[in-house]
Amino acid sequence: MLVIAIALALPAGLRVIVNNVGSVSGSWQGAADFSVYLAEDVGDERAAALADEIRARDDVADVTLIDREQALADFRARSGFGAALDALEHNPLPHTLVVRPAGGASGSVEALAQALSADPAVHLVQLDTEWVARLRAILELTSRVVDVVTVLLGLGVVLVIGNTIRLEINNRSVEIEVMKLVGGSDGFIRRPFLYLGFWYGLGGALVAALLIAAALALLRSPAAALAALYGSDFRLAGLSASQAALLLGGGALLGWAGAGLATARHLRAIEPR
Amino acid sequence: MIRFEHVHKRYPNGKDALRGISFSLERGEMAFLTGPSGAGKSTLLKLITLIEKPSRGTVLVNNQNTSRVSRRRIPRFRQRIGVVFQDHKLLYDRSVFDNVALPLVIGGLGPREIARRVRAALDQVGLLGRERHAPITLSTGEQQRVGIARAVASRPDVVVADEPTGNLDPELSLEIMRLFERFNEVGVTMLIATHDLDLISRMSHRRLRIVDGQVAADVPAGEAGHDWEAGD
Ligand SMILES: Nc1ncnc2c1ncn2[C@@H]1O[C@H](COP(=O)(O)OP(=O)(O)O)[C@@H](O)[C@H]1O
Ligand SMILES: [Mg+2]
Repeated sequence: MLVIAIALALPAGLRVIVNNVGSVSGSWQGAADFSVYLAEDVGDERAAALADEIRARDDVADVTLIDREQALADFRARSGFGAALDALEHNPLPHTLVVRPAGGASGSVEALAQALSADPAVHLVQLDTEWVARLRAILELTSRVVDVVTVLLGLGVVLVIGNTIRLEINNRSVEIEVMKLVGGSDGFIRRPFLYLGFWYGLGGALVAALLIAAALALLRSPAAALAALYGSDFRLAGLSASQAALLLGGGALLGWAGAGLATARHLRAIEPR
Repeated sequence: MIRFEHVHKRYPNGKDALRGISFSLERGEMAFLTGPSGAGKSTLLKLITLIEKPSRGTVLVNNQNTSRVSRRRIPRFRQRIGVVFQDHKLLYDRSVFDNVALPLVIGGLGPREIARRVRAALDQVGLLGRERHAPITLSTGEQQRVGIARAVASRPDVVVADEPTGNLDPELSLEIMRLFERFNEVGVTMLIATHDLDLISRMSHRRLRIVDGQVAADVPAGEAGHDWEAGD
C-alpha cells in the first residue's frame, strides 16, 4: 500500500511543485517594474505629462517619475564617481519613468513595453523579463517530464497492484477451485479481486494525498517566510479539489486495471483436478 | 440422465484410466460405483462434472454431450450437478451458512430465497441451528453433511459423490448413505463412488463395478452381490 501511495504521491507532488513555481513566476512577471528612459531633449513638464498619460492606461498600475537631477544626485551619492561626474559639463542622465504593469490576465508586459516605446519622447524601454521567459521554458519542460514520470509510475502502480492480486489469487486457489466446482463463472470469481484492486488503488491514492498534504504543511511556513522577505504575499497551494479527485479516481482506476490484468492472466490457470 | 458410450480416457501422461466404458443411469436412479483403488472411479465422475473430457466416446449428462460444452458454458453446466467430495472442500474462512449458500449466490438467487433454501438444506442434513458456526468447529461427519447440504441446496437433477464416507467410521458412513437415499427418494439421481463393500452390502441399490478402466459387473438393485465382487 505504501509503495502504491509513494508511486502516486511522486507525480502528484511534482505537479503541485510545478504549479506553485508557475504561479510564483507569473506573479513576478506581473509585478516586474521596468524603466522607460525618455529622450534627452524631453523637458520636466513633458515628462510629468507623459507620466500622467501612462498612469491612466488600463494595463499600468503606477508610474514613478525619476527626475534627471535627482537621478544624478542619487547616482553621485551611491556610486562614488562624484569627482568624475563633476568633470561632466552637463547631466548625462535622462528623465526616467518607472512603470509598474497592472499584471493579471490582461497585461502582456511585452505589449505594454512595445506601445510605450512607440512614443517619440521615449528613448528606450528596459524590459528585464528574459529570465522569466527562461524560467517559463524550464517549467514547460519540467511539466513534460512530470507527464512522462506520471505515466511510468502509473504503469508501476498497475504492476504492483497486479502482483498483489496475483499473490492473493495464489493464496485463495483452493477457494477459487471450489467456486469453479460448484459452477462459479469467471466473472463471478473475478469480481472480488477487481474490487480488491480498486480499494488498493483508492487507498494508495488516499495515502498519497495525505503524504502531499503533510509535505506541504511542513513547507508552508518556510515558504511564507521566504515570500515575506521578498515582500510577496505568495502562499503555497495544495491539491485543488479537482486534482485531488483526479488522484483518487486515477488511483482507483489503476488498481482496477492491475487487478483486471492479474485475474485475466492467472485465474484461468486454477482449474479443479 | 447419465449415459456413457464407449468412453475412453487417456491422461496426458499416457495412462489409460478408462477403457471403453458404457452404461446409463436413468433419471431418479441411485447407483454405487465400486472397484479397487486406481480402477478409474474418480476419473469417471470427473467426466460427469466436466473436470475432464473423454478422449474417445460420448458422455451425455441430461442429454447434453459434455464434449460439446464450451469452456465458457461449463459453469452453467456444473450449476445443475451437485458434487460431494471425500475431503468436503468447504471454505474454512466462511460460516456453514455461507458455504451452503455458495451455489445459490452463484445461481443469482435473492437473499431471502437463499436463506430459505439454505435452511431447508441444513434441516435435511440435521444441521439446522449450526449455520453461524465455522466449519472447522464441526466434526468430520458434520462437515461432510455441510458438503452434502451445499450439493443439494440448488436442487440439482443429479448428485455425484466421490468416496463421501472415506474418512468416516462405519456408523457415520451408514448415516451419510441413508441421507443420500432420502434425497434419491425425492427424485434426485445419485451416483456414489465407494470401495466400502461392507457398507453397500447393507443397502439394496444398483452396483457398477469398475476394474482397470472397464465395467466388470453391473448388478441391478435388489440382487445379491457375487463373491468375486469382494477382495478389493
Ligand atoms: N490427472 C491424472 N493424470 C495422470 N494419471 C491419472 C490422473 N488421475 C488419475 N490417474 C490415473 O488413472 C487411474 C485411475 O485413477 P482414478 O480415476 O483416480 O481411480 P480410482 O478413483 O478408482 O482410485 C490411476 O492409475 C491413476 O493413477
Ligand atoms: Mg478415487
